[in-house]
Amino acid sequence: MSGRDILTVYAKELRDSLRDRRTLVSMIVVPTLMIPGIMLIAGVVLTRVVRKAQAEVPAVMVVGGGDSPAVRSALAGNPKIRLVATAPDWRQRIIDKQLRAAVEVPAGFDVMLVRGEPATVRLYNYESELRSGLAVGELRRFLTEYRDRIVTARLTGRGLPASLVRPFEIKAENVAPPEKVGGNIVGGFIPYLLILLCFTGAMYPAMDLTAGEKERGTLETILCSPVARTDLVLGKFLVVLTTSLATVVWSLISTAATLAVGGLLLAGSVGGAGRAGAPGAGALPTIDPFGTLAVLAMVVPIAVLFSAVLMALSLFARSLKEAQSYVSPLIIVVILPAMMGLLPGVELTAGLALVPILNVALASKDLVSGVFHWHHLALIFGSTCLYAGLALAFCVHLFKRETVLFRS
Amino acid sequence: MIEAWHLTKVFRDRKRGEVRAVDDVSFVCRPGRIYGLLGANGAGKTTTLRLLATLLRPTSGRALVAGHDVVTAPDRVRARVGFLAASTALYDRLTARETITYFGRLNGLSEARIADRIGQLADQLELHEFLDRRVGKFSTGMKQKTSIARTLIHDPAVLILDEPTLGLDVMAARAVVRFVRGCGADGRTVIYSTHVMSEVEKLCDVIGIIHHGRLVAEGTLAELRTKFGQEDMEEIFVRAMGGEEVP
Repeated sequence: MSGRDILTVYAKELRDSLRDRRTLVSMIVVPTLMIPGIMLIAGVVLTRVVRKAQAEVPAVMVVGGGDSPAVRSALAGNPKIRLVATAPDWRQRIIDKQLRAAVEVPAGFDVMLVRGEPATVRLYNYESELRSGLAVGELRRFLTEYRDRIVTARLTGRGLPASLVRPFEIKAENVAPPEKVGGNIVGGFIPYLLILLCFTGAMYPAMDLTAGEKERGTLETILCSPVARTDLVLGKFLVVLTTSLATVVWSLISTAATLAVGGLLLAGSVGGAGRAGAPGAGALPTIDPFGTLAVLAMVVPIAVLFSAVLMALSLFARSLKEAQSYVSPLIIVVILPAMMGLLPGVELTAGLALVPILNVALASKDLVSGVFHWHHLALIFGSTCLYAGLALAFCVHLFKRETVLFRS
Repeated sequence: MIEAWHLTKVFRDRKRGEVRAVDDVSFVCRPGRIYGLLGANGAGKTTTLRLLATLLRPTSGRALVAGHDVVTAPDRVRARVGFLAASTALYDRLTARETITYFGRLNGLSEARIADRIGQLADQLELHEFLDRRVGKFSTGMKQKTSIARTLIHDPAVLILDEPTLGLDVMAARAVVRFVRGCGADGRTVIYSTHVMSEVEKLCDVIGIIHHGRLVAEGTLAELRTKFGQEDMEEIFVRAMGGEEVP
């Protein structure tokens, strides 16, 4: 093996690749536009949708309660809901989103309250539908207050303090630092995106430097030079790895810039109400910078694995088109474990630390929150390096097989 | 010098089974002489030359190129060989100078030596005008000149040329023929495969006719004319193959 030859091949292939518009698009343009595109557009759209939904006075129907004017008039007096005339098809109207929620008042409700008899008020909504959720939330808040007022009145009537049934108040406060909260919010999403970009960054150069060269006839040209096949494949592999990692680094820079700019814009738009690092209305989450660097370190062996596997598969193909047909299904193989890392409740274990891609996705979720489980990280780094090494060795092996190089 | 003894290459094909692309071929190419390997498409010319250029490994038999065994010392063979084929293309996104420099570096030449050789080859092949332009925008002739410069950058003792005029226009093909003749005159060992009879007549000192992987006839043009009782190279070729056959 000659370092000089590897470097010569690397320098030439890198120059060649950087002159290729398609490589530049996958390496720079996609991460530059994709991450701000996804984060800003999705953020703006989501904010607008939520604000619009919050501004809307939801249509609510009271079902029953014709003999309970007190609760009906109290509901009618709530400016945050709009009561509509009772109709028998209220369920269908909720499903059709013409009605946001319905409140069912039992017969004789007002009288039952006066007598102190137990009663149940039912709320009906369209679960997972934003506006319906907001409407039922408002109804719940209103009815809880209504109930509290009755309880207080009853206690006062008996000469008892309100604290009799409410001996203490409950207030929740976040103690987790902003980056940990942010890590939980975007922790799964960022590694997922990085893993995907790491793969797509390597995809085109891997195909171009192997199947593409076969198709164009330049592979035979280089094979008849005295450079050793191992040096040749390592030089090419390093270029694929470089573009893959460059895509990841570029997307990280792009994410940081998007978070910074998006945070400023949102902070400005809500008059400074959104404190940086405190996720909530008007603030973008922050993530732990050391954790993010650690994610980058974990992505390196993944990039080696992707680069070697993509090169091996592409090398087997006779043309770019054939290579695309081999490589495209692999995206699913990459996305599935990366997506599993996004699922709530899936925690990193020693067993899962050996599952490629999923292990990095799960570890990254902790890392961007600033949580370092060193034994798991060592296991992940070691196993991924091993898989990457095996994939690279296989790629070198294929490069020495004439049935692969001159497959026709 | 190229020496081949009982060179054989067998491919295993799913549909056709065992294919003997090169079958027990023996010949010698001497320095300063141009050996023409003549054969129809699929006769085994390219496989023979790929074996000599160490791109493929022989199934059996032995070959020495510039004194080095193609199986045991392939790197040494490649360092002494210039291989040019219709199928060996150039990098479209590199300039001619970058391409030639790249192959110079891979052949272990110093930067000073590469610059010196590029100067010589540019003079010889009239490359100066397009040396710093990207190959992708070249005409076929310009590409072929660049390929020749790439092949000769390390001043190889042996040239293996596989149908180098395939697909070229008349002027570009003439330039290649001129270049090959010059290489023979320089004392290099040249093996040249083609199925163009006129090129063989013009260029080759020794002609080997290959058919179904076997060397069916060999000799100088005069010897072949005497042996087959024909003046025309095409007739000699057809007779050597055993007559006309419909594939």
